[in-house]
Amino acid sequence: MELTLWTYEGPPHVGALRIAASMEGVHYVLHAPQGDTYADLLFTMIERRDRRPPVTYTTFQARDLGGDTAELVKRSITEAVARFKPEALLVGESCTAELIQDQPGALAAGMDLGGVPMVSLDLPAYSKKENWGAAETFYQLVRGLLKNQIPAPGFTKPDPTRWRSEGRRPRVNLLGPSLLGFRCRDDVREITGLLAEHGIEVNVAAPLGARPADLLRLPQADLNVCLYPEVAGPACSWLERSFGMAVVRTVPIGVGATGEFLAELGERLGLELDLAGEADKRSRLPWYSRSVDSTYLTGKRVFIFADATHAIAAARIASQELGFTVVGLGTYSREQAREVRAAAQELGLEALITDDYLVVEKAMAEAAPELVLGTQMERHSAKRLGLPCAVISSPLHVQDVPARYSPQMGWEGANVIFDSWVHPLMMGLEEHLIGMFRHDFEFVDGHLSHLEGASAPATAATAPQAVAAGAATPANAIASTAAGAHARLANSAAPAASQDNGAVLTAGSVLAGGGQALGLHWSASGEAELSRIPFFVRGKVRRNTEAYARDRGVSTITEEVLYDAKAHFSR
Amino acid sequence: MAQSPASVAVLSADGIDVPSANPSTASSLDRPELIQQNGQREVFCGLTSIVWLHRRMPDAFFLVVGSRTCAHLVQSAAGVMIFAEPRFGTAILGERDLAGLADANEELDRLVRDLLERRPEIRTLFLVGSCPSEVIKLDLAKAAERLNHQHAGRVMVLSYSGSGIETTFTQGEDNALLAMVPLMPRSDEEQLLLVGTLADGVEERLTSLFQRLGIGLVRSLPPRSSTELPPVGKGTRMLLCQPFLSGTARALVDRGAQFVRSPYPLGVEGSRAWMAAAAAAFGIDPATVAAVLDPLVERGRRAIAPHREVLAGKRLFLLPDSQLELSLARFLQQECGMELVEVGTPYLDRLLMAEELALLPPATQLSEGQDVERQLDRLRSARPDLVVCGMGLANPLEAEGFVTKWSIELVFSPIHGIDQAGDLAELFARPLRRRALLQLP
Repeated sequence: MELTLWTYEGPPHVGALRIAASMEGVHYVLHAPQGDTYADLLFTMIERRDRRPPVTYTTFQARDLGGDTAELVKRSITEAVARFKPEALLVGESCTAELIQDQPGALAAGMDLGGVPMVSLDLPAYSKKENWGAAETFYQLVRGLLKNQIPAPGFTKPDPTRWRSEGRRPRVNLLGPSLLGFRCRDDVREITGLLAEHGIEVNVAAPLGARPADLLRLPQADLNVCLYPEVAGPACSWLERSFGMAVVRTVPIGVGATGEFLAELGERLGLELDLAGEADKRSRLPWYSRSVDSTYLTGKRVFIFADATHAIAAARIASQELGFTVVGLGTYSREQAREVRAAAQELGLEALITDDYLVVEKAMAEAAPELVLGTQMERHSAKRLGLPCAVISSPLHVQDVPARYSPQMGWEGANVIFDSWVHPLMMGLEEHLIGMFRHDFEFVDGHLSHLEGASAPATAATAPQAVAAGAATPANAIASTAAGAHARLANSAAPAASQDNGAVLTAGSVLAGGGQALGLHWSASGEAELSRIPFFVRGKVRRNTEAYARDRGVSTITEEVLYDAKAHFSR
Repeated sequence: MAQSPASVAVLSADGIDVPSANPSTASSLDRPELIQQNGQREVFCGLTSIVWLHRRMPDAFFLVVGSRTCAHLVQSAAGVMIFAEPRFGTAILGERDLAGLADANEELDRLVRDLLERRPEIRTLFLVGSCPSEVIKLDLAKAAERLNHQHAGRVMVLSYSGSGIETTFTQGEDNALLAMVPLMPRSDEEQLLLVGTLADGVEERLTSLFQRLGIGLVRSLPPRSSTELPPVGKGTRMLLCQPFLSGTARALVDRGAQFVRSPYPLGVEGSRAWMAAAAAAFGIDPATVAAVLDPLVERGRRAIAPHREVLAGKRLFLLPDSQLELSLARFLQQECGMELVEVGTPYLDRLLMAEELALLPPATQLSEGQDVERQLDRLRSARPDLVVCGMGLANPLEAEGFVTKWSIELVFSPIHGIDQAGDLAELFARPLRRRALLQLP
């Protein structure tokens, strides 16, 4: 028994629902009690779908339990087949039905379904979760439909370069995109376009938008692209084992990975691809990241928590393509924990593998990031901590299904990522101007930030200091040029900062001078020097300087102590 | 001037079990035959009511003992996201718990101990039964008893079922309140007891109106603080704020409360009848009632008027969901001039609904329970102007060209009382207004 206040993933049958709802011509009969129909709203409200998911629930009640629930299952199957005329039928059960052991799959197998292929789903509700259920369902469906096509043992693996001799273009399958997945709709379009530019056709994209008949055509492709390992991993492995189909596993999120993805495809397909300079030609991310305005992104501390695919991709983009410092990396996808651990290790971090959002929030607070990349839940946690955040992964909110074209994958995906991660931060030019004009009387600390609301507590605490500083020394130039150095002082002392959770949690109290309570005293000269430091790093400089003073038993922090601390931390 | 259209009767505990004794139900014999179909029921389960119950009693925690599905349902129904550490959670059963109930009980004890340590502000803990906990026959009543013993003086532990196999949607509140009834202190003090969760603001307003009528002592179940349960006894006159409290109403009658029969406080007329019924039960002169309420009624009708212009003559189809359907249908037909195509309800409690049934036009087609596919077939062939339905059906029906109002809003919004009638009408007029506003190709 495990206490769950909020969960990243639903039960496994919701994963099965995602597969059924993503496809055309598939119907799912789910043996489930009244109430489990809530899952429909995930599709009709969050995904804003214009039709009900193709599910028939048996919605049994207590009074049915005394009678024949197996009969109810059979009736539901008969009626669903008659009404919806599916091209393939999924039959399964939710957690409660699993306990009453009607075995709906076996019941369906004994029925005359008029030749409709039926796949029985066995999704252990008490040990598995949504993504596992989606992957298992997709795999079972693919296997169930293709079982008659499996070549005999000892067959010759199809050569992914055979398209040449067959006098046609190379063609691939895009596997894994599904409803309630993050930006899958647009990713499929982006990757289809990207492949077309290089003369590669998409044979089948599935499950999103595919029919059962399309799954029957999967082996006609030269290879499979495993776009979303959470959903397509087992199906890709099975197609590799049973049909000898090669798999491209690089997930094309970010410019580096997109380039590698194309290179891997070219190599497997025996296709000469001239990729030199393509990233720069096709995406703005490389230039935007090199442009001077982006220098302020250098070393920004980023905390990442998402499904495994998006977490790993985000860590790479953050560290290699935007010059951020990744200070936390984790996932709720236990099935892919190994990959996330490896990615974290490369960055000198220990991966956070958990499905407890409060543990994630605590880790987030301790890491003292300047930007959070996460799910909708991390967005809420970040809001509470006053941190900017961009959403990069499921679970979704209705606002993660935007009207505009907004992929994560490919060249355009890299553009979207640049904008959506950088906009929550303050722009470089803007930060510079704030430094220049911060002593003008019109200026109110914090009000220019893109981070709505988050700087409010800091504003209240620092405003009087800013006014005092303005009266004492109008040293505009010093303040703005010092910003970089002070930012280093603030950033290089992460361990010191992370010892003080309370301080991180309530920026207001930090800035108001928690030091006094600890027997530390700021002299007038120290305060004056501190007030010259731009407000957006002032809190951290104060905290680090106090930590430095405490370590050395210094009780009064003068201007000189501040500079000593600065020298100490910039080593 | 407005007179209560309902027969006002104060029934004793003996009377409550004999609905046929009430002449107002006689007209139901002339109705078209009740549609009762058994098929897929597109309704939430009773766990959903935790969403408003936990907000009503900030010192209570609702612990569902169930599966990941239960956790996912409550968070999905609660608006998909939560904004802090919530006062509800799920003890998710694992394979070990299913293997042996002894283990499950020990695990539950451990989990509750951890929870109470972490959340010292909790004064009442509701163990909420779910489909899986009931199927494996995990006895939560016994568990509550055991935990009460373990945590005596620190927290009160109660249990009830919110499972889908036992309850639909709003019935969860009925079961939660029912669990609190035995703990209510005994007192024969004269009081008006409002039963059912109201928005705090609405409760305050209604209480002050009752006091203006001359009813001095007005209390509520559930209370705002779970530890301050109202007393109950012979002096208690009980007025239901919600039509889904069948079990609680009967239990309170068993504890001596007098059941004040009335339509429910939705709309101007329903709310007036509701308040007037309480006043009559306290022997308050109808002239006093008129003096206090008539200006409100006048104003309420003015507030409804612009929405009536949009709604009048429009044909309405209500799918079963919140159990408020009959009251809403009565309001929208009587006060907003809508025509009723079909009024669906998850279940029909003829006793609690007698006054509402009496106010519906005799030709009203009612349906109880659901076979959603066949009901949607009827809906499509009837082509109503407005459909009231749950969130799973709203967008698909909009895509088919129907105008819809999702019903879950009705259990979260302040809609009770004469002063809210205009807002209630507006909720239904808005989708029609919007449809008229949009000029999309």
